[in-house]
Amino acid sequence: MTKLSAISNTAAPTPDALTDFPRHAPATDIPFQLLAPDGTAPNPDALPDPQIRLSLYRHMRRIRHFDERGWVLYRTGRLGVFPPFKGMEGSQVGTAAALTSDDWLFPTYRDTGAALTLGLPIARTLAYWRTSPHGWHMPEHLKVLPFYIPIATQYPHAVGAALAEQRKGTKNVAMAYIGDGGSSEGDFHEALNFAGALNAPCIFILQNNGWAISVPTRTQTRAVNLARRADGYGIPGVRVDGNDVLATYQVTAEAVARARAGQGPTLIETVTYRIAAHTVADDPTRYRTDADTAGWAEKDPITRLRVHLLAEGILTEDSDAALLKEIAEEFEAALNEADTYPEPEPAEILDHVFAEPTPQLVAQRAEILREVGE
Amino acid sequence: MTATQTPPTASTTRTMVAAINDALAIALERDPTTYLFGEDVGVMGGVFRASDGLQARFGTDRVFDTPLAEASIVGMGIGMGLAGLRPIAEIQFAGFMYPALDQILSHLGRYRHRTRSRYSLPMVIRAPYGGGVHTPEQHADSPEAILAHVPGVKVVIPSTPTDAKGLLLAAIEDPDPVFFLEAIKLYRSNKESVPDGHYTVPLGKARIVTEGSDVTVVTYGGMVEVSVKAAEAARAHGIGVEVIDLRTLVPMDLETVLNSVAKTGRAVVVTEAPRTGGFHSEISANIAEHAIDSLRAPILRVTGYDAPYPPFTAIEDVYRPNAVRVARAIRTVMGY
Ligand SMILES: Cc1ncc(C[n+]2csc(CCOP(=O)(O)OP(=O)(O)O)c2C)c(N)n1
Repeated sequence: MTKLSAISNTAAPTPDALTDFPRHAPATDIPFQLLAPDGTAPNPDALPDPQIRLSLYRHMRRIRHFDERGWVLYRTGRLGVFPPFKGMEGSQVGTAAALTSDDWLFPTYRDTGAALTLGLPIARTLAYWRTSPHGWHMPEHLKVLPFYIPIATQYPHAVGAALAEQRKGTKNVAMAYIGDGGSSEGDFHEALNFAGALNAPCIFILQNNGWAISVPTRTQTRAVNLARRADGYGIPGVRVDGNDVLATYQVTAEAVARARAGQGPTLIETVTYRIAAHTVADDPTRYRTDADTAGWAEKDPITRLRVHLLAEGILTEDSDAALLKEIAEEFEAALNEADTYPEPEPAEILDHVFAEPTPQLVAQRAEILREVGE
Repeated sequence: MTATQTPPTASTTRTMVAAINDALAIALERDPTTYLFGEDVGVMGGVFRASDGLQARFGTDRVFDTPLAEASIVGMGIGMGLAGLRPIAEIQFAGFMYPALDQILSHLGRYRHRTRSRYSLPMVIRAPYGGGVHTPEQHADSPEAILAHVPGVKVVIPSTPTDAKGLLLAAIEDPDPVFFLEAIKLYRSNKESVPDGHYTVPLGKARIVTEGSDVTVVTYGGMVEVSVKAAEAARAHGIGVEVIDLRTLVPMDLETVLNSVAKTGRAVVVTEAPRTGGFHSEISANIAEHAIDSLRAPILRVTGYDAPYPPFTAIEDVYRPNAVRVARAIRTVMGY
């Protein structure tokens, strides 16, 4: 008989246990980390290539710019309500960057940054958050779904997509995102179980950002280590510091490699924090205090990597400034492009209901045209 | 705790959401077996503030945040109700009821039947529904027909602050499960003087909003104010429109509808749900079945369309019926 303590959430093995990861080690409670919050790397040999480090930094900068400009655009009426992801750049970039454009991405509304990282054009992304149908036409060269609003319901879809790729004999994988709150939904648990039982090449990213709107994780669940949930389904679960993009990338890349090699799904809990409000229209002072958020700004994933890159000479103040300029220009060009997208026509609300419109839809279209003709 | 209907003396000007908050407070106050729970209802007071201040007042046992799982919110409520409590669950938006549909279809409406009334389920499930306020995908759905189709559950949809309070208290005191759908558009848009203290508005009784002898408009929830606007426009053309606010879909007050149609001979049914298979069809079928002899024109439906509710701000309003569409239907049945 296993002693109860052996399966409790309080046992705290060292991060070294991660080296057992391919052999289905139980998740550790201490999130796996490569870069300390002060930007130092205790084990430099374990870091990914300098080129990869720089690329991850670039992606984080790029999506932070989107988030920051997004607030301004929202306040000036040029963007609709959107859920910010500031502080979660390490989690979103580190995970999405481990995919190629042949893989599937099932993002929630929070994962604008992940979708941008995989290649969703900025202009389309802006269109989506402007509530324009132009934001729903996903580029042909990507298998990114529009951001999911109903929570957890896309998890089983990701299992299906992963299984389909496997059956077709490709090495492609599916990656699905969820929040700590969403991991309470039944669909989350069923999807993990299915993926394990069917050995689907699926990577489940559980971004534990501390809050589900006003509900803190401790109210959501008694579990403190959400990665350990994987144990119940016989699949590996890894807990990683989501504000350490290098660690997140490495863990995800390994999970992706396992999935491609036919070794099945992985659950990755990225431990991070939602620095800003739930959406740009939410008022977090109703449910959390400065004390709740204290300390998280210092764990900023971008600053952490920046300090490291500067120290290593992979980045200089000059090249950083040039990068920021380039990112800002790219964004403004995309914004201009998004501004050229026309507003939808009224009858467009009936488009894309069926491949062939039913007689009812044809009649209803005529009705709408009569309606707006007046 | 008594169920007496003391006529309220004072009143306060309230929005619909404030009236709902007041009803919840009264219910929690009067009956210690009443519990309120759901996503963000506690600390935050609900995304629309319907439960604002209630956790502070009644404690974290009586008013609590649940994990994010609608199937379990409903399922747990079913268990609480079976065990003798009066659970009031909030589903954050009616469009997020779907994960709970198994619980609703397989269990919620069946307990009385399958235990031969050994157990009843006095549960209320509240959910904001409907459009008109530019919400993201799936936040504006009107799933009332799906719910009304489940045997053994009641469906209530108020359209005024006074009704919202009285109907909610009646729903909470009802021995059977009740869905209480609240039109998001109406939460803060209409204010009126609402009686203080406890009172109920009985389930299954419609309200005649405007009287008229030419056309009957049957509607509920967010479409009542739209229909009243259309009725006013019609009155300017000398057409008398009787607008009926059903208030409860199950049980439906067919008598009030039929009496009106007997008088007017014409019926228009207005909802914001998709057209095919909607509750408007149920109302229409009942009128056809029971009042065909009084009809002088076909029954017309004014509804949303057979497409998912569009979250595209620029054209959202095309989907949701407005007074112009309702007025046109009124003119059409008049000219038949
Ligand atoms: C099925 C469903 N229920 C409720 C909601 C309303 N809702 C939107 S976001 C949210 C909280 C989600 O928290 P979490 O999963 O932790 O993700 P986060 O927003 O923190 O990224 C809720 C309850 C929804 N979108 N879908």
